[in-house]
Amino acid sequence: MGVYYLKTPISEEEVRKLRVNDTIYITGTIVTARDQAHRKALEYLREGKALPINLEGLAIFHCGPVVKKEGDKWVVVAAGPTTSTRMDLFEDEFIKNFKVRVIIGKGGMGKRTTEAMAKYGAVYAALTGGAAVLAAKAIKSVKGVEWLDLGVPEALWIFEAENFGPLTVAIDSHGNNLFMDVSKKVEENKIKIYKEIGLTE
Amino acid sequence: MGIVDVVEEVAFNLIRQAVIYLPEDVKASLKKAYEEETSEAAKTQLRAILDNIELAEKYRYPVCQDTGTILFYITAGAEFKDLDKIERALINATRRATEEVPLRPNSVDPFTQKNSGDNTGRFIPYINWEIAPGNTLEITVMPKGGGSENMCIAKAIPPGEGIKGVKKFVIETIVEAGAQPCPPTIVGVGMGGGVDIAIKLAKKALLRPLNTPNPDPNLSKLERELYEAANKLGIGPMGLGGRTTVLGVHIDYAFRHPASFPVAVAFNCWAARRASAKIYADGSVEYLTHRGVE
Ligand code: SF4
Repeated sequence: MGVYYLKTPISEEEVRKLRVNDTIYITGTIVTARDQAHRKALEYLREGKALPINLEGLAIFHCGPVVKKEGDKWVVVAAGPTTSTRMDLFEDEFIKNFKVRVIIGKGGMGKRTTEAMAKYGAVYAALTGGAAVLAAKAIKSVKGVEWLDLGVPEALWIFEAENFGPLTVAIDSHGNNLFMDVSKKVEENKIKIYKEIGLTE
Repeated sequence: MGIVDVVEEVAFNLIRQAVIYLPEDVKASLKKAYEEETSEAAKTQLRAILDNIELAEKYRYPVCQDTGTILFYITAGAEFKDLDKIERALINATRRATEEVPLRPNSVDPFTQKNSGDNTGRFIPYINWEIAPGNTLEITVMPKGGGSENMCIAKAIPPGEGIKGVKKFVIETIVEAGAQPCPPTIVGVGMGGGVDIAIKLAKKALLRPLNTPNPDPNLSKLERELYEAANKLGIGPMGLGGRTTVLGVHIDYAFRHPASFPVAVAFNCWAARRASAKIYADGSVEYLTHRGVE
């Protein structure tokens, strides 16, 4: 289990080295996207329009940040992760078409995303739920914001980050999914525990 | 300052203390969990939690961006003055805290989806009242996060299953919740009464400090057993595997109807926020959970 310090743009080769349980820190550009931004980006794709930012090699962050404006500068106050499963619907297309290499969120993602990550070379990195101050402190500046018409939490926030993490690689590009492994083990443990506390024979 | 102003001021301070500084017992449990974990992913997650707690204190930021729904638990001395004005004072304190701490506005009209913007609305902040003898007023605030709230559940189990049925329901619920309530969690369990009473007891049990043994020997034994069982599940911090799934299991009960056995399970996430103070008749204040914090 290694610790890796990655810089964006991240190449497919670099991302393929990562395995579940590795810890990573990211320096460079991280872009927030929640449900609506995902939907809108895929609409752009269908209509043949270019996204306001090229996402190749970057990290996507499932996060609706709390920001405040100081003068004409945006400052990030809190940037905790949101539950990733809601983005399962879109993420395979996202990875395939925009070549993002790291998806950051909490709670894990499903089979569809795991397969796309294996096929196109990307990882899912879990950020501690609720650790919003820690995340915000690693964001050095807001480079820009797009699609603010979707509202502050749903907009594409473009962050310049330094050693953003620790992130735990929970889905790698080799078909491993830590959340699925854990839940399989938990089910097995549950049966044992039931026996131990006399709930089953 | 009149006594009502004191109540508002204290309630404001408690909300602020609660959302920024976790109680000492919670911090100590998280530290202990960090030391005892052996898996890399679990250690990483707990380290991040501990670092985050420290940064929140240093910069005086809320420890989690979700500052929750504001719930009050009031124990009012029957002779405390102006009891009819306390509710207003607590609402005012919530509004002020939303603006000044600041808190995230978390109060939404279920029909229009409109956010009130100040953490108040119909029945919100929610106030739980208990009347006691005497002339003091004890206020506890619990800012309750949404992620863990989504996993709270109550149901009526077949009475014939008895305590075994309770154990099964609790373990099943923890498994079902998985990573979602931001583990390690505190689990509150309420048994008996009616479904509403069970969930009320479960939620209130979340307020008991960690590692204080339950004075009732039956409950104490059951708590221990479920705590150990839950931590053998292997869900771990943030659901990434490990030995710390829960920091504590707290149980309370009421007598039940012969034909009905309601059980409720409530979760508090690692950001298990609470703060309490006692106000005396002369207006003096004793902070109970956050001494030495301004
Ligand atoms: S469940 Fe708790 S720690 Fe997690 S995001 Fe919600 S309030 Fe924060």
